[in-house]
Amino acid sequence: MFILIVGCGRVGSSVARSMLRQGHEVSCLDEDPESHARLEVGLDGGWEDLGGQFTVGAGLETDALVAAGIERADAFIASTDGDNTNIVIAQIARRRYEVPTVIARILDPLRAEWYERQGMHTICPTRVAIDMLESAVLEGAPRQSGPSDDPAEAA
Amino acid sequence: MYIIVVGAGKVGWNLARELLEKSHEVTLIENNRRRYLTVEQELEHNVTYGDASELWVLERAGIQRAEMVIAVTGDDEDNMLICQVAREKYEVERIIARVNNPRNKPHFDLLGIKPSVSATDLILRLLEHEVPEYGLVHLLDLQEEQLEIIEILLGKDSAVTGRRVGDLQMPEGSLLISVLRSGKGFVPGPDTVLEAGDEVLAVLDPGNEEQLKTLFGPAENGAGSGG
Repeated sequence: MFILIVGCGRVGSSVARSMLRQGHEVSCLDEDPESHARLEVGLDGGWEDLGGQFTVGAGLETDALVAAGIERADAFIASTDGDNTNIVIAQIARRRYEVPTVIARILDPLRAEWYERQGMHTICPTRVAIDMLESAVLEGAPRQSGPSDDPAEAA
Repeated sequence: MYIIVVGAGKVGWNLARELLEKSHEVTLIENNRRRYLTVEQELEHNVTYGDASELWVLERAGIQRAEMVIAVTGDDEDNMLICQVAREKYEVERIIARVNNPRNKPHFDLLGIKPSVSATDLILRLLEHEVPEYGLVHLLDLQEEQLEIIEILLGKDSAVTGRRVGDLQMPEGSLLISVLRSGKGFVPGPDTVLEAGDEVLAVLDPGNEEQLKTLFGPAENGAGSGG
């Protein structure tokens, strides 16, 4: 599978490495040339030597997307640090380039939910954190609910 | 009309002020606290603080009852998505988006954000109008209807001066709709004879510009208008 990842931060670079190790063809696009170094963290060799591809450019630039191989991508991951950028480029990947699998990272839970309902495949880390925190709290405090459970009441 | 304007920069602030003067109900949304406080001194309750990319901010501003949303922030992604959400989620009838970087224009089109306005485009249009060498001026593009109206100034060397309109071989899908001569406009008939200095208006299918340019252009270009 050929996977294009736009936004090579902590999330994007980790997914990229993992996918490359699993034998997929991986191309990364990021505005910041420095993010190339992040890709090579924990790798035995250079990113390109291991078969990876890296392009410097913005996700909204058509030239950069094409240079990074969007026209032949089987999967597209939008994982920049901006929700708006991710939502826009995911739609570009889907509508203009008809990439079969498109996934957008959206931090804002409300919009993640709405775009999900519009047919976009979204991952909302905030939603995951909320759910995990809630269940961690409930698991960590298994006692029966009593008067002191409500902070408003305790105050 | 209830109008939400997003982005209180120079464009948004002045726009909001003009709309208020025209007795519209306006809410201006600004996400920079300092800018908001500055603008609030003049516009008071007509400006609100928040990031209009967030749905609850739009809802707090009353987007459900807005008849128009105008997104003029300095960020193209913001403008695109605010308009997309306004139209598709809140069913706002009319949207207008500002394009900051003309290279992003195709993205606006792809997401169906129409109309979108860019300063570069506007200046280019003016340039076409102000610089006669350009030859052909776009007056109106009706994208949905797939029609446009253009203006052509007939030079002294134009291949069609001295010829009857009825004899012109207009390309298919185009029509001569009026002639401006010495400051006056009229609808030409088949017997109208074109003169140098005439400004002719034509309506046409997009893509026919070049053929018209050749037809009305200088004769030595081999006008291709035998007849």
